[in-house]
Parts: sequence; structure tokens; C-alpha cells
Amino acid sequence: MNNIINLIWLVPVLPLAGFLINGLFRKRLSKSLTGIIGSGVILISFIISFLIFLQVKQPGFEPVVVALFDFINVGKLNISFAFQVDQLSALFLLIITGVGFLIHVYSTSYMHEEESQHFARYFAYLNLFVFSMLLLVLGANFIIMFIGWEGVGLCSYLLIGFWFKNLNYGDAAKKAFIMNRFGDVGFLIATFWMINQFGSVTFSEVFSKAHDTSTFVLTGITLLLFLGATGKSAQIPLYTWLPDAMAGPTPVSALIHAATMVTAGIYMIARSNIMFTLSPITQTVVAVIGLATAILAATIALKQNDIKKVLAYSTVSQLGYMFLGLGVGAYTGAVFHVMTHAFFKALLFLGAGSVIHAMGGEQDIRKMGGLKKYLPITQITFLLACFAIAGIPPFSGFFSKDEILANAFAKNPVYYIIGVFGALLTAFYMFRLYATTFLGKFRGTHEQEHHLHESPAAITFPLIVLAILSVIGGFVGIPEAFAKNAHVLEHYLEPIFAESNKIHEAQPSNQSTELLLMAVSVVVASIGVIYGWTRFSKNPDLEDATGFGKVLANKWYVDEFYNAIVVKPLNALATFFNNIFEKSIIDGIVNGVGKGVKYGSRQIRLIQSGQVGGYVLLMVIGMVILFLVEIFIKK
Amino acid sequence: MPINYYIFLSVALFCIGVTGVLTRRNAIIIFMCVELMLNSVNLLLVAFSKMHHLALIGKHADAGTNAQIFVFFIMVVAAAEVSVGLAIIVMMYRNTHSVDVNFLNRLKH
Repeated sequence: MNNIINLIWLVPVLPLAGFLINGLFRKRLSKSLTGIIGSGVILISFIISFLIFLQVKQPGFEPVVVALFDFINVGKLNISFAFQVDQLSALFLLIITGVGFLIHVYSTSYMHEEESQHFARYFAYLNLFVFSMLLLVLGANFIIMFIGWEGVGLCSYLLIGFWFKNLNYGDAAKKAFIMNRFGDVGFLIATFWMINQFGSVTFSEVFSKAHDTSTFVLTGITLLLFLGATGKSAQIPLYTWLPDAMAGPTPVSALIHAATMVTAGIYMIARSNIMFTLSPITQTVVAVIGLATAILAATIALKQNDIKKVLAYSTVSQLGYMFLGLGVGAYTGAVFHVMTHAFFKALLFLGAGSVIHAMGGEQDIRKMGGLKKYLPITQITFLLACFAIAGIPPFSGFFSKDEILANAFAKNPVYYIIGVFGALLTAFYMFRLYATTFLGKFRGTHEQEHHLHESPAAITFPLIVLAILSVIGGFVGIPEAFAKNAHVLEHYLEPIFAESNKIHEAQPSNQSTELLLMAVSVVVASIGVIYGWTRFSKNPDLEDATGFGKVLANKWYVDEFYNAIVVKPLNALATFFNNIFEKSIIDGIVNGVGKGVKYGSRQIRLIQSGQVGGYVLLMVIGMVILFLVEIFIKK
Repeated sequence: MPINYYIFLSVALFCIGVTGVLTRRNAIIIFMCVELMLNSVNLLLVAFSKMHHLALIGKHADAGTNAQIFVFFIMVVAAAEVSVGLAIIVMMYRNTHSVDVNFLNRLKH
């Protein structure tokens, strides 16, 4: 059975092959063939991943490093192109290829109106994205991870700007790319620092040496890594690209901006958990930033009217919870939430896509309403996902979010209180979204109403599968308070986080406290759900927001703030350099060289008088000088 | 006869040549002065060769003869050079009706 792990290279190579075929032959392949190739390679990858997962989940499995070839070999630094198969990467493989496959299937129907050439281009990008993400989670060192890290950034740029003829979409793509770039700098510097400090970037070596390293160095490295994570996983201060990234096709939002790419930062921190555990300052920073992002994004989501924008801010907010989990040392909880979030957020986005599809491209929820009777499958799956994200038991989000919150309480009760407040907001805005979209009366045009229809099977099938996963996905992590040893995921991931858990010391598991905390968060979430439902089902909020609501609707003016403190000064500086520095200094130097040579040669030209006597005189003077040098100086 | 006399004579001839080249404008005189400089060096070569021969007498059979043969080469080459130089001067006279080198500054135009 060991040989299946040696096939690990097939998992990323298949999507790469799909990318090449669809990308190179996009003008010749028919749409159905493109769809089959694009989804098929992911399906095969998923099957291989699943077989590997079965192997990995056996107790006592030791991480396997499959070295493919030497990648960089300079001096003492040896970086091999190696894949690491262990519990964490196997779990992520399943999430990426599994959710990825469903989204590919969905896309075959959703994108069917595109021209066949663009249809193939779309699938090529999706496959390339899956390839990059697989590289990211499979890499056995930070360099391979960085290749995937950059790859997903590139693909998100390509896919957000998929409809590049719309200039705003192009700008959104650029914004995503540039914002990510800020974070990537942090990741790169951290990698260089690791090479300098440990002489290696291989996970096993770095983590084993981390124990003997000064806290100062570890704090520096982890803070830089966290900066990378804030870019990729959309945290304060680099989160603003994610809501704008909704410019891309909706399945892209589901794949990249909900289920996979944004979890890269979480994966990276979970992977290097030991380094973060050993630097408490970074942990506090991670927790505080995560919590702040969770609340900030949740407040913005309260007043958004674009169906995808609400989901985008809820993604940012949920990612904040994951970082809170990482920051308080609940690594299992964070990974658990990544998994459940991948299910229900992909479902929400795909459901939103189904709604947008039915509405003929309309995204404003104020013009929807009453879609329940036209889109029954979409409606029911969307509702299940809303329950899951709101944290209502027994849906999956409840288990993962409560695990994070319980750990946050153990670390600092203030985290818990703010976190529960965020959960209240989450429940409220999700049900505002649900009620405004699906309940009440239809508010669109008559023509739109005429066109309303349930989406085809290629769209509803992924919705149903994801809905089932969203409902039952939480049962892999039933808390200890309910049943002994029922937290399957924790036992599964134990080898990865064992070192960190030792340092964090076992929490005194006070079961009554834990149950109380759960009860509080469930009650709070239910209040949010009921209030959101009743408030918006009959009288949806159709007016433009005023007062404080306007601040929220305008996203706290963060974009304007960034514009004022970063973009405008940069533009001013560029104008200054262009008008003054370039013209007077750079041009001055260049023209000055020319003028100097011209002037000098005009002066020297005068020596060439044409008088033979003059030449001879100069020759004799030269000879005399050589003679004098010979006699007086050489000795 | 000490070598110094030869050296002084050569230096004197050379300096006369240089002075002539610098001060005269007649191309033929300049040409003659150049020949004077050349031959002063030839004289020196022969003188050193003789000295060398005297110092090594009895040890090497052919010591001191090389430079004397070399001088003949120089003379032959100089003769060839003279023919070229005089031809140039003849052409110059045909063009300018003068052998004054200062008229040659027209080359710069």
C-alpha cells in the first residue's frame, strides 16, 4: 500500500496537464470536451488524494517526504523539490480537490454562455489554480510552498480579471495582485531569514531547530510570515482586495475566495505551528488581528446590498475567526473551521451564483425577494449553509466555531465575548441576506420574474453535495463535553500539533463551563437568526443607509483611507519625481555628459593646428618628458 | 678611445638634428635633419658594438658584430625611406610651388 504515496506527484501534475491541454488547444476543443477534461483531471486527483488519505489516517502514520529532484543547490543550501505527505496536507488535498471538483462541475453549466475559446481559458485557469494550491499544501519546504503561494496569487489575478474587457474588473484584479504582493514580501523575507538562521527551509529541519532559537528571531520570522498570511488570507490591513475580487465569475469566488486560496495563510501557520507557539508575542498579534478582522468585516457585511459582497465580507470575518483560533493555540479548531467553512462558504457562493444566474446577472438583493418558490433547491441548500455559518447546532459551523471560541475563552475571556458578539453579527447579516433574497415578495422587473427558473443539474448537484457536507461535516469534531474521544479530527491531526500542544499545556477541561459557553453562543446566534429573519422577511431594508449605517455601507471608508494615505502620496511622489527629479537631475546628468564631451572636444581640437612645427615640438616635448622620467623618477 | 667621446658626438649630432627640425621650415632641410638624427643613432650603435667586442674579446668569436650588421640594415631602410620622402616633397612642390612645411596646414581643412 505504500506505493500509492509514491503516486503523490500525480495529484498536482494532473491539473497541470489539464491546464496545458485546455490552455493550448482552447481554440479547437469543444465546450463539452473542455468541461470533461477540466473536471476529469480534478476528479482523478481527488480519487488519488482519497486513497492517500485512507493510508494516512491509519494510526501511527509517519510523515513521508517524496523527493522528486534537486531544485536549488547552492553552496551549503540544498532545496529539493519534495512533497510532504502527512495528516495536515492529506486533509487539505481532500478539501481542495473535493470542493474543487464540485466547483468545476458547477462551472460547466454556469459558464456555458461564454464563447468556447474563453470557456476553455476559464477552465485552464481553474486547473492552474488547483495545481498551484496543491503545490502549496504539498511542498515539503517553504520554497515549494512559496511557488504555490505565488501561483494562487497569479491565478486569482487571472480569474478576477477574467472578463477583462470591463476596466473595473481589471482594476479589481490588479488590486488583488498588488495587495497580495505586500504580504508576499513578508513571506519572502521570512524565508531568507530562515535560510540565514537555520541554513535550511525544509519543514522538518526548521521546526526541529526552532526550539533552540532565540524568541526574538522566532518572533521576527513569524511576524513576517503572518504578514504574508494577512495578504493571502485577507486580514487587516490587507483585506480590502477580497471584496473587490467578487468581480470574477461566481464559481471563482467560491473556489478561490472562499474555499481554498484564502485558507493558504491558515495552512501556512498551522504547518509552522511550532514556531508560532514558541513566540507568544506573534500569537497575541495573530489573535488580536483575527478578532479585529472578524468584527470589522462583520459590521461591514451588515449593510452591503450586493449578494456576493455580503458573502465576501463574511469570508473575511470567518477567516478572522480562524486566525483567532491560530492565535490562541487552537490549531485543530482553526483547521476544522477551514474545512467546514470550505463546505458552507462554497455552498453559499454557488447558491448565490445560482440566484444570479436565475436573475439574469442581477446581484443587488434589494431587487430580489420571494425567490423561495422559484428556486427550491437553491433556497433549501442556501438556508442550510446559513445555519451552518451562523453556528446553529448540529450544523457543521457550530462545532468548529465553538471549538475556537472555547479555546479563546481559556486564553482570555475578552476574546470570547468579542467573538460571540461577532457570531451574533454573523447570524444576523446572513439571515438578513437570506430573508431579503428568498422571502417576501419579488421586487425585480416583470421580465426577470418571467425568466426565473431552477438551475440545471450541473448546478444543483454540487449544491446538494455541499449541503450534505455542511450539515454533517461537523460530526468529525464533536467536543469532549458531549462524548469522550469523539473528536475524530483532533486525534487525526494530533501528530502535527503534538509539539505545540505540549507547550500550550493541556487545558483543564471543565465540562460544565464548556457547555455553558456553548449554550451562550447558541442562544446569541439564535437571537441573531430570529431577529434577522423576522426583521427582513416582510419589510426588507430597501432604502439607502443613513447615519452610521452609511459608514458601514461604505466599508468604514477604509478604501478611501488607503487611497488617501498610500495611493495619493505615492502619486504625488511619482509626479514629483517625473517633473522635477527626472527633468532636472536625471536629464541633467545625461545631457551634461553630452555637453561636456562636446565642449571638451572643441577645446582639444584647437591643438590640431595643422602646423607641422607644432606637432614636432609636441613630439620633442614628449620625448624629453620620457627622458626625464627615465632618469629621475624610475630610479 | 673612451666611449664617452662617441656618446657626446652622437648627442650633439642628435640635438642639432632636433633643433633643425624644430626651427626650419624648408622641407628638405627638415629631411636632412631627420637623417642627421638617424645617423647619430647609427654612430652610437657602432660605437657600443666596438666596446662590446673589446670587452668580450677571446670569449666569443662573433661578439660585437651584430650591431654593425644591423646598422647596414638601417641604412638600406633609410635609403628606401629617403626615396619616399623625396617623392613626397616633389609632389608637395608641384602642388604648392614651395617646400615650406607651413603651407601644409591646409591639410586640416
